[in-house]
This record gives sequence, structure tokens and C-alpha cells, in this order.
Amino acid sequence: MTQPENWQTGGFGLYVHWPFCEAKCPYCDFNSHVVASVDQRPWAEALAAEIRRYAEAVPGRVLTSIFFGGGTPSLMAPETVATVIGAARGSWTFANDIEITLEANPRSVEAARFEGYARAGVNRVSLGVQSLREDDLRKLGRLHDVKEAQAAFGIAREVFDRVSFDLIYARQGQNLRDWEEELGEALEMAVDHLSLYQLTVEPGTAFWDRAQKGRLKGLPTEDLGADMYELTQELCAGAGMPAYEVSNHAPAGSESRHNLVYWRYGDWIGVGPGAHGRFSVHNTRYETIAHRMPGVWLPAAQAGNGDLSRDVVPMEDQAIEYLIMGLRLSEGVDLERLHNMSRSVAPDAVIEELTRMGLLRISSHQLKATLEGRMVLNSVIEKLVP
Amino acid sequence: MSTPQHLIRNFSIVAHIDHGKSTLADRLIQLTGTVAERDMKAQLLDAMDIERERGITIKANTVRIDYPAKDGNTYVLNLIDTPGHVDFAYEVSRSMRAVEGSLLVVDASQGVEAQTLANVYTAIEADHEIVPVLNKVDLPAAEPERVAEQIEDVIGIDASNACLISAKTGIGIPDVLEAIVTRLPAPPEKDANAPLKAMLIDSWYDPYLGVVVLIRVMEGTIRKGDNIRMMRTGGKYGVDKLGVFRPQMQDVAELGPGEIGFFTGSIKQVRDTRVGDTITTEKKGAETPLPGFKPSIPVVFCGLFPVDANDFEDMRDAIEKLALNDASFTYEMETSAALGFGFRCGFLGLLHLEVIRDRLEREYDIDLITTAPSVIYHLYMKDGERRDLHNPADMPDLTYVDHVEEPRIKATIMVPDEYLGDVLKLCQDRRGIQLDLTYVGGRAMAVYDLPLNEVVFDFYDRLKSVTKGYASFDYQLEGYREDNLVKMQILVNDEPVDALSMMVHRDRAEMRGRAMCEKLKDLIPRHMFKIPIQAAIGGKVIARETLSAMRKDVTAKCYGGDATRKKKLLEKQKAGKKKMRQFGKVEIPQEAFISALKMDN
Ligand SMILES: Nc1nc2c(ncn2[C@@H]2O[C@H](COP(=O)(O)OP(=O)(O)OP(=O)(O)O)[C@@H](O)[C@H]2O)c(=O)[nH]1
Ligand SMILES: C[S@@+](CC[C@H](N)C(=O)[O-])C[C@H]1O[C@@H](n2cnc3c(N)ncnc32)[C@H](O)[C@@H]1O
Ligand code: SF4
Ligand SMILES: [Mg+2]
Repeated sequence: MTQPENWQTGGFGLYVHWPFCEAKCPYCDFNSHVVASVDQRPWAEALAAEIRRYAEAVPGRVLTSIFFGGGTPSLMAPETVATVIGAARGSWTFANDIEITLEANPRSVEAARFEGYARAGVNRVSLGVQSLREDDLRKLGRLHDVKEAQAAFGIAREVFDRVSFDLIYARQGQNLRDWEEELGEALEMAVDHLSLYQLTVEPGTAFWDRAQKGRLKGLPTEDLGADMYELTQELCAGAGMPAYEVSNHAPAGSESRHNLVYWRYGDWIGVGPGAHGRFSVHNTRYETIAHRMPGVWLPAAQAGNGDLSRDVVPMEDQAIEYLIMGLRLSEGVDLERLHNMSRSVAPDAVIEELTRMGLLRISSHQLKATLEGRMVLNSVIEKLVP
Repeated sequence: MSTPQHLIRNFSIVAHIDHGKSTLADRLIQLTGTVAERDMKAQLLDAMDIERERGITIKANTVRIDYPAKDGNTYVLNLIDTPGHVDFAYEVSRSMRAVEGSLLVVDASQGVEAQTLANVYTAIEADHEIVPVLNKVDLPAAEPERVAEQIEDVIGIDASNACLISAKTGIGIPDVLEAIVTRLPAPPEKDANAPLKAMLIDSWYDPYLGVVVLIRVMEGTIRKGDNIRMMRTGGKYGVDKLGVFRPQMQDVAELGPGEIGFFTGSIKQVRDTRVGDTITTEKKGAETPLPGFKPSIPVVFCGLFPVDANDFEDMRDAIEKLALNDASFTYEMETSAALGFGFRCGFLGLLHLEVIRDRLEREYDIDLITTAPSVIYHLYMKDGERRDLHNPADMPDLTYVDHVEEPRIKATIMVPDEYLGDVLKLCQDRRGIQLDLTYVGGRAMAVYDLPLNEVVFDFYDRLKSVTKGYASFDYQLEGYREDNLVKMQILVNDEPVDALSMMVHRDRAEMRGRAMCEKLKDLIPRHMFKIPIQAAIGGKVIARETLSAMRKDVTAKCYGGDATRKKKLLEKQKAGKKKMRQFGKVEIPQEAFISALKMDN
């Protein structure tokens, strides 16, 4: 079976969205909802049913990764996780080295469930540590403290082969020295993977409202943000954890395989409230979006289809999406594959101009953003897209 | 049947800005039951979005109300609510020509202000009977006795029987109504059967009815179905609809001498009506027209260009309609190398400019670029020719120019003593020459000779801010005087931006150039490369700033679900860019063109 659009380079992944949290963090614009309690049985069955529905549409594939994201998937009962993984195993062939990641909040109650997750098949966790400073954790509205997070990290390392954690930096009142110190501590801890995000004030969050009223003070200027980013690149590379993506760091071979599916613009199935999917069937690429509200999604999934929409992605849009995703990676995008999708995206003249400006470079047919280019990637992409 | 003339009273409500004209109009409308209680709202007559947002009156508005007076007669009152801002003084004087009396509203907590004086002079010129009304007596700071005295001292009119009112709470409104019928004159008796002479007070474009014409009948009678002629433009139309404002339109069969109302006909061309024109019947019409209005003179000019060149035709249409609605706004086509087709427009002041631009953008949905406002300079060329310079971009090479003259104004500023120092300094900074400094009723009155170009941009804003809003200001054009004036160019990324060129006094050039470059540095978003911003006179750079290159613009997180979102964001960004204009490789946001000119200190 040959495909003119080479989705296979990206692999084939499954994303499972768990939309519930204990509390809503003031910076968070994810599809997460705070509810008193969740009856997990119907959820487990609905997620499993959705997976089986997709397996009919996209049969016979080899699954290379599963990712439980949220929300807070570490609020799922291990049995729920087992049911979902079981449904996936019944639907597609698992790759020998399949990566199964679960996003976890680093609290003791959740660490207690780690063993159960491992038994269900999870082999990688990503911990939302967010900060190693008590005051800042409180400002970020987190429910854990530094000690608790470190303890959870210790347990995770014993239970799982691979452990990553997330930090949010460029926080209120943080200066370059503060971050240098904190990142140094993080690099001491880190084993195989680290996600380092600059705080983004997203519309629809409590931080946004505060910022609109001028009450979110001490956020770094563009220049300080840039300095922090550059420092981060330097320190991580020095510690053997170079950036393989804008905000993600790992030694070669330890990258998040699931997230690489997105960035290499492979195929993935998305199930659960608000989940997005992209997959190819007979040379046609589809975009699926599930109902966003848990109370809408569950009955819809139970009735046989949790999706809000399924649309064909036109070739030019595929090129744009591939560019948006792929230039985030230090390996860049395959120019031939990009231009096979569309000739009007990333025209040679613009590539040349941006190359002259030191923002892009081409090596062995891969179009890559330089460090300077990656730091202004939104503007670079805007130039490349007609 | 038209109304018997002795039962008509026509009057305008005039005052300094914010002294409560529109609120008083509300109360008069309300107390006479003209508008149902449930339809009442504050400043009812300020119907335009911009008026409601800014809380000021821009267009004069007419309402007809019926008032059963104490003498047992029911009178027809035609009131015209006028704007208070100095830019719209022309609108006030025009309104006054259509009526016989004025209610002079004075805020009893503020007293006589610059526009109060200006309005009284206009009212006296129009031969008006004036009834002083002291408003806002509900305020603790109100001092009606002191203000009444001030009116007598400063203005010289009898204020002993001024009405004491609160337009807000309704105190004293019945007295105002009685004063209108007992103290203001009825229109002069004229023959209802004489040939028709009606004055065209105002006209505007209504999306449903087309051109609506506001008239005051002086002699004779106009009837629905009449065929009329505009005596100056020669246009002939049938009267399709005849009516009065209450304040919504109400049809009437005829309007006789002394009455105010509107008509619509098949008037297609916006150019066919001219305020001050005389309307008569086509057959058996009048022979001589009424004296016309003194035309308004625009003093501030700027170029308006559509951001999207494809909008030019829509813009032409919109400008024509607006010009009809606003007789004091002028326009002619202009082309610019960088901005394409647009219009060079004349305005009465900067607020007027902002209002017109706002209305074009909102009511007609066109994004505009406004070039640096300018006044008209007189150029005396070496070959003896005299030229008018409307647009600094057209300034010829200095070797051909003998000298330049600029317009000067006489400004009257009234201010409490404690702010006088700041006001004098501001006038000094703006190259003002003091003509007079006196005290009226505890306030200082400074009279200055100032160059108009130092006043048009932001003088009024600055004056308000240095005096915490306590100063008032009025001006009139005085004439032209020679001075050392040069053209300053702004170069962005080494390319001159014509739309930012301006004439400046040589001694002030460095200061203005530096201020402009600093402002632009904040107003232009960072680009992927660094951008020099320079001010230059005749090729010599006098100020320079550098906008550093953008350093960070990247989304921190982007996972599976974000592909769609990022794509949408990209589209939005591209649409946002359309609101900017490209100069060479640099995109300049439209608001930069005016904001850059405002000086903060
Ligand atoms: N306390 C008090 N406030 C009043 C009174 N009359 C008007 N105001 C307030 O004064 C402000 C200005 O009132 P307007 O009626 O809009 O004044 P205006 O003279 O029409 O203003 P322009 O048309 O912009 O010149 C508003 O906030 C009114 O609510 C009054 O009698 N008492
Ligand atoms: C799906 S989210 C949250 C997962 C998990 N519920 C948690 O909070 O730890 C994944 C990561 O995105 C990052 N993140 C979320 N909102 C962010 C924001 N507004 N700015 C920067 N990073 C953010 C956090 O580091 C977070 O761990
Ligand atoms: S940041 Fe994580 S824990 Fe906080 S509300 Fe968002 S998804 Fe839930
Ligand atoms: Mg008003």
C-alpha cells in the first residue's frame, strides 16, 4: 500500500482526553472541568466504544503510542485506564516498543495509583510539577507543594521506565537569575525528558481577566522572555538535554514518541471530550473534533458517536499544518513532502529571504528554523503561508 | 392647518460644553408628554453612537413639542439642542438663524465659560431674545447668586429673572416652559398665502428615506405634493413627505410661516442641497432668496485613505453622504504614491476630524488611514506667485520659496487662578503671544495670539489635562503671519513616509522630531528586523530612534488539538495585518498616524 502523502513517517498514535480536575488553575485554558465526583464505569465504556468505532474507520494499523492527557488523567481509576488500553489492544496491533504515557499531577493521592497504572500498561508518566518554588506554586493555583512533587517524582521513577516533568517559567516577578537557579535544580532531577513552557496568558482564563484589569503584574517583557529562552537552551544543551522541540528537551532517543506524531504530522486518533484527530484513509486526510463539554460528549459517545465534526483537510491546509507543527522541531520539515502537499506554501523566494535573515536554514532537504527563527516562529510561519 | 403664528415659539438651547443642554431638552420633552415615559432615556436627542459613547452632542437636533401654557393657550415649541464643543460652533450659529430666541444654559457650579461668551455673541448677532437658565442647582457646589452676578458683569445681560433649575432632578422646569412662551418672541407675522420662502437649515442622508431636508418656513406655506425649487442650486423636486420631529418623524399636510419641519423628495444627488439655500414653489415662487449663511471655514486638513484600496469607491460614496450630513466638512480627491487614492478633507477642528473618521469607519464599515493633520500655509514663491499649501507633502523645494505664512488665532482661555501658571506656560510653549490677562468673577481670562498649527493637534486635550478640566477655551481665526517654518519628514526604515510629513517652526523642530520618533517607536510593532526611525529637514536628520528587532513570538505549547487552533490564529493574524499599511517592508498600524502627533508634555 503506497500513500502519496507520507503520514507513516509520523507514526500512528491514540490520544485519550480525561476532562476532569480537582481545581481549575488560573492560567489553564485546557478542556478541563471541576466536578464533585465522576462515575468512572460509563466513562471507561464510552471511551472504549469510541476507540472501537475508530478502529472500524482506520483498521489494520500498528499503534506506536497512546497518550492520556487532560485535564488530570491521574484522577482516572487504574481500571478505567486498563479498559481503555484493552480496547486499543483489541483494535490495532501494538508496536513492540509502544509508548503509553499518562499525565499526572504530582500529589501523594495520585502517586498511590502509579502501581495500578503500570499494571494497566502505562510505561511513561509526565508530571505537572510546574515550579520548584513554593510561592510560585501557590500563585499558579497548584494544589501540591515542592516536597510533595519531589516525592511523587521519586515514586514515579521507581515505577515507570520513563518519567518526564513540566515546568512553567517566565512567571510573575521571576528574573533571569531566579530561573537559572531553578532550572539548575530541575536539571539535577531530570532523567530522560523535560518540558519547559513559558507562561502564556490565554483568553478565557482567570489570569487573562486579571491581566485585562492590569492586575497581573511583573510578567517579563519580550526581551526578558527572550533572554530566559536563550538561557534555557544553553543550560539544557549543556546538561545533555537539548531542545528537540520549541519547549521540549531530551537526550536523543528519549523524545516523547507520541508528541512526535503530531509534530511530524503523522496520523492520530483522538477520543474523549474535545479531542482532535487527524488520519488518512485512501489518500484522504480527515480532521475529527469531539464534543467539548463532558455532559454532551458522554451521551453522544454512548449513543454511538462522540464527534462534533469530521472534515476533509484540503491539501493546502495540510501543508500549512505540517509547517506549523514541523518547524517546531529542531529536525524541521521535509521540504519535498511539504511541497508535494502544496507548492504555494513556503515558496522558495520567501525561504531564501528568511534564510538570508538567519531565521531558516536547509540541510539535506530538511527545512529548519535556526534558534533565532524558532524564537519568532509565529512570524516566520506567517511569512511562509501565502 | 398650519399653526397660528402667535402660538409658535422657536428657540435654541446653547451653552458651554456639558452645562446640560441635552438634559434640559430631555426634561422639556418629558414634562410636555412628547415622548412616552417608557421611551425616555438620558440625552434622548443624542442618537448617534459616537454621541452616546462620548456623552456629547455633535449634531444639532430639532424637536417640536406642544405646551399648554398658564394663559390657556397651547403653544407649539420648536427647540433646537445644539453642540457645545468649540469645533461645532458653526452648527450653533446656523441653528440660531432658524429661530428667534435662545435659552442660555449656565452650569451654576461652574459659571460663565469661554463658550458661554462665544454663544452669547452669536445670539446677539442673530438678534435673539436670551433667557438665562442656571442649571445644576442640585449640586452642593452650585452658587446661582454668584453666577447670576457674573452673567451681568461679564456678559452684560440682565440675569435678575434667570430660571434656577436642575435639568437632572426636574426642579424649575415648569418655569422654563412659562419663560419660553412669555419672554421669547413669536415669529414675526408673515402672510401664509405669500410666495413660499423656506430656509434650508440642514440636510442629511437617511438610509430609508434618502435625503431629508430640515426647513424653517419664513413666508407662505409648503404642502405635501408641492413642486419646489431650491433658489440657489436650481434643483427642482416634488415634496413626497412633509413632517415634524417629535422627535420621531410625524407627517403633516402643510407647514406655514414660523414653523420648522422636514421634507423628503426624490433628491438623489447629495450635492443638490446647500444649507442656507431658500426653498420656494416652482410655480408662483418667490423672486428674491433669503440671505444665505456665511459658509463655515475648515481649518484643519488631512488625507483620508482606505486601508484596502478596493474600498475606494465605497469610501467616495460614504464621504458624499457624510458631507451632506455635515455642511462644514469639505473634501477633494487626492492621490499619494504610498497610499493610493483617497481624499484630502477639511475640518473645523481635531474633534470634528475624529468624529468624521469614526463615522466613516463605523457607519460605512471602512478602515481608514489618516495622514498628519495640517493647516493651510501661504507660500510666497520667489517668482512672486502665492500658493496655498494644504498638504505638507506638497511643499516645494525651499530654493523656490521666498517665505511662508501661517494662520494665527485669537484664543480666549478662562481658568481658575491656581492653574493660570500652567496655562501660560502651555501657551508660551506653543509659541503664543499674550494679548490680555484679566479677571472676571474670580477667574482669570487670558487672551493669546497663537499659531493655529500648534493648537489643532492636541492643545485642547493638553489644556484640559493641565487644568484638571477647569479651563475653557474658544478661538477665532485672526489672519496670517510670516514665520520660520520648515517641512519635517519622517523616515521609517530609510523610506520617507509622506503621510507623516509636517510643517514645524524651525526652533521647535528638534523637539517635535524627537517626540515623533519616540512615539512611533512605541506605536509600530516590532518586526523581524530592526527599524531606524528618523526625522529630517531637507535631508538632514535631526532626530533618530531605533526599533529593535522582534525577539520572541512563538507559541509555547502546540499539541494535537492545537493544529486547528493555530491555523485559525494564523488567519486572524493575517486579517489583523490588513489593518496596517505597508511602507517598504514596514507595516504601520493606522492609529499611529494621529497618535504620533500628540505630545504628552
Ligand atoms: N447634577 C446635575 N447634573 C446634570 C444636570 N444637568 C446635566 N447634568 C449632567 O451633566 C452632564 C452633561 O449633560 P449634557 O446634557 O449632556 O450636557 P450638554 O450641554 O448637552 O453637553 P454637550 O452637548 O456635549 O455640549 C451629564 O453627565 C448630565 O447628567 C443637573 O441639573 N444636575
Ligand atoms: C495538559 S496540561 C496539564 C496537565 C496536568 N493537568 C497538570 O496541570 O499538570 C500540560 C502542561 O501544559 C503546561 N501549561 C498549561 N497551561 C499553560 C499556560 N497557560 N502557559 C504555559 N504552560 C502551560 C503545564 O506545564 C502543564 O503541565
Ligand atoms: S493545569 Fe492541569 S490541573 Fe490545572 S486545570 Fe489545567 S488541566 Fe487541570
Ligand atoms: Mg448635548
